[in-house]
Amino acid sequence: MTRRRSSEARAGLAFTIPVLFATLAFLVVPTVAGLLLSLTDFDIYALADLANLRLVGSGNYLALAHDPRFWHAVWNTLIFTGIGVPAAIGASLVTALLLDSATVGWKPVWRLLLFAPYVTTLVATALVWRYVLDTRSGLLNAALGVVGIAPVDWLGDPKTSIPATLIFIVWKAFGYNMLVFTAALATVSTDLREAARLDGAGPVARFRHVTLPAIGPALVLASVLSVANFLQVFAEPYVMTHGGPAQSTMTILYFMFDEGFTWWNLGTASAVAVILFVAILGITAVQARLARRLEWL
Amino acid sequence: MAVRTGGRIRTIVLALLSLATAAPLIWMIGVSLMPKGAASAFPPPLWPGHPTLANYRELLFPHIDASGGATSYRIVPAIVNSTLLATLATVIGLGLTLPAGYAFAKLRFTGRARLLQAMLALAVIPTQVTLLPLFLMLKAAGLINTYAGVLVPGLAGIYGVLFVRQAALAIPDEMLDAARLDGASEWHILTRIVAPLLRPVVVTLALFTFLASWSDFLWPLIAITDQRLYTLPVALAAISREHGQDVELMMAGAVVTTLPVLILFVALQRSYFSGVLGGGIKG
Repeated sequence: MTRRRSSEARAGLAFTIPVLFATLAFLVVPTVAGLLLSLTDFDIYALADLANLRLVGSGNYLALAHDPRFWHAVWNTLIFTGIGVPAAIGASLVTALLLDSATVGWKPVWRLLLFAPYVTTLVATALVWRYVLDTRSGLLNAALGVVGIAPVDWLGDPKTSIPATLIFIVWKAFGYNMLVFTAALATVSTDLREAARLDGAGPVARFRHVTLPAIGPALVLASVLSVANFLQVFAEPYVMTHGGPAQSTMTILYFMFDEGFTWWNLGTASAVAVILFVAILGITAVQARLARRLEWL
Repeated sequence: MAVRTGGRIRTIVLALLSLATAAPLIWMIGVSLMPKGAASAFPPPLWPGHPTLANYRELLFPHIDASGGATSYRIVPAIVNSTLLATLATVIGLGLTLPAGYAFAKLRFTGRARLLQAMLALAVIPTQVTLLPLFLMLKAAGLINTYAGVLVPGLAGIYGVLFVRQAALAIPDEMLDAARLDGASEWHILTRIVAPLLRPVVVTLALFTFLASWSDFLWPLIAITDQRLYTLPVALAAISREHGQDVELMMAGAVVTTLPVLILFVALQRSYFSGVLGGGIKG
């Protein structure tokens, strides 16, 4: 018996050590290194010769605090997140509720079509949407024209560039949470719904007291992950607008990429990465606390 | 009767939403088959009057450019790079996460609970924080501009481990103990009993890993500077910066990049959905 136990313990270690090592080497070590890097003036000269590396302490952070381009990127990212998260979760929830109704036909077909954008390659569909949003020959303006709305210069006007990019991001991402919500909705027992209906609860009351508690945990998880994802928007503006027009779609991560891999200011770029990390952690903690207060966790 | 009309209205609403969602993808295919300049007409045509493969020919094969020299968009090597990298990422990734996820669920060993807690805590680290140091680490190791350099960050597969563990928890202990009594080795149990039981989860995770690697953009953009090693998304973004006005050509590029994964997904949709929706164990 003990021999079997020990072979099980050996296997347990043997099966987990490779992944633990990879996680240590490629996640933990770089994260710590990133913290340290943000305290140095690592730049193109240090890249050529490490002798040029100096410790600057909080210098990078102070410089960022005085950099209007950084604040602009922060502001843009907050707009992306503030509009994007409710829009994405709303779209996921509405489609999940539609898919959940027992009387709908052809469900697998709709589910497949609605989910399809999620598996597409981001760069490819970002290019497609660049043309869908085209002022003159784009599908969207053509569709709006049918209803009599004048053409909008979606990606060329700083006022509409973020909403336009968000249309694409929500189109691409909503299918996943739709799927998660469908799974959560399936756990709401029909009996409970019927009982609520017989007790005279209206659709709004039924949603609040029967449906919402069942999908609460899924909603919390979806909003936590969505916030983290929207705070890390990069590829969409990189491909669709190159951060323009007039820097209106320059995000925090785009700023980090530019600072690090265009100008080789790796110290400053690391400070940006650390700030982003702390922001994501902080917002996640607030969301978790709110969720606990609502008794959803 | 009221219920039935309600259902019909919901079905119509869903049909319209699904059509609107699929429209950009259908349009992408349509425009890629149009002759040059056809897509820029007003109002935009939805489908080519005379479908042509000219854009694909120009994209995939060497052609004569404006200055009269032969040139190529190097898309074929990019297809090869993307396919190889996504396959390697999937095989190596599953090789790491499947045994580990199972061990965290079912094997009793010292430090298991603590290691699992550490993995959960590390799940909150956004990979973006690690990009710059990883770049410097790989540069020092001489791995920038290599396949290994592109693959490395993906090996820290925390989500994969947690995903497999969640599904493996449902495996009855009696089954494993019976196999042990019959003298089966732990390796044999993993490959012959656990892996077949977890098939839906393995398919889902494999598809997930393949798609993630195929579509990944930021890291390959950083880790590869040599055009010959470009993956499809990086190559496509580079071409779009130069030939962005050539809508029909760019749409052909988008189709080549995204249609393979769409087809793969549709072919495996049942296992994929059952895996995501928690049909973890093959019953």
